[in-house]
Amino acid sequence: MTAQHITPAPVRKSVVVNANAARAFDLFANNISRWWPPSHSMLKVPLKETIIQPFAKGRWYQVGEDGSECDNGHVLAWEPPHRLLLAWQLNSDWQLDPGLITEVEIKFIADGERRTRVELEHRHLERMGAKGETTRNAIAGPNGWSAILETFRQSVEQGSR
Amino acid sequence: MAYDNALTALADPTRRRVFEELRSGPKPVGAIASVLPVSRPAVSQHLKVLRGAGLVREETQGTRHVFSIDPKGLGAIRRWLDQFWDEALTAFAAEVERDAQKGEDEREKS
Repeated sequence: MTAQHITPAPVRKSVVVNANAARAFDLFANNISRWWPPSHSMLKVPLKETIIQPFAKGRWYQVGEDGSECDNGHVLAWEPPHRLLLAWQLNSDWQLDPGLITEVEIKFIADGERRTRVELEHRHLERMGAKGETTRNAIAGPNGWSAILETFRQSVEQGSR
Repeated sequence: MAYDNALTALADPTRRRVFEELRSGPKPVGAIASVLPVSRPAVSQHLKVLRGAGLVREETQGTRHVFSIDPKGLGAIRRWLDQFWDEALTAFAAEVERDAQKGEDEREKS
């Protein structure tokens, strides 16, 4: 009898940037607002900033222009300049689920003096599928993530009729 | 689209329980029914829907039918995240470039 976990493969990505590891970590984690795609937010108002609090158990959240906040997850390990481990707690419905933890590990590996390879792994995705639910919540935003999700939501509703 | 089916199939709480029971490994219908407050035929019905959505697959082991999670069923969610991280890392790399450029401009000025 085969008793094994069957899980989808983690998402793995890497990119080489022209900066040392410390600078790359700083831009990635401390200045995430400067690069996080603005359409990727579950807020119902335009995104003002994305914040990762710089310590283990710190919040990873987004703030809208009206001051409203929405959590993406939290920090599992804060180890500059080489490693950042985040808990992504949005379920497949893209709603915060405090009971769900998928891990996003980002490693900053020196590649010469002023170059760094940034490796990202998003794992335990099977936990997301098992938590999936249809959503009745309105998902705001004219484009990007929100629009994609709105399309998903509509298809799901049509499919369940 | 597979993703729609998967979400629809998992929208039912009991069906989600059935699916979650398989996370610890492949199981026959009876083993799932014994830990859930639903009848064996109901579990079979849920498994049929999960199989239709591509989330669960069925294997025959001797005279038994054993069900397990089909890793491909979560493929749509995975594909979406794959694309999402591509976009995010591209934006990050562009920001590092902008930042490096800014540093060089400042050095040139001084």
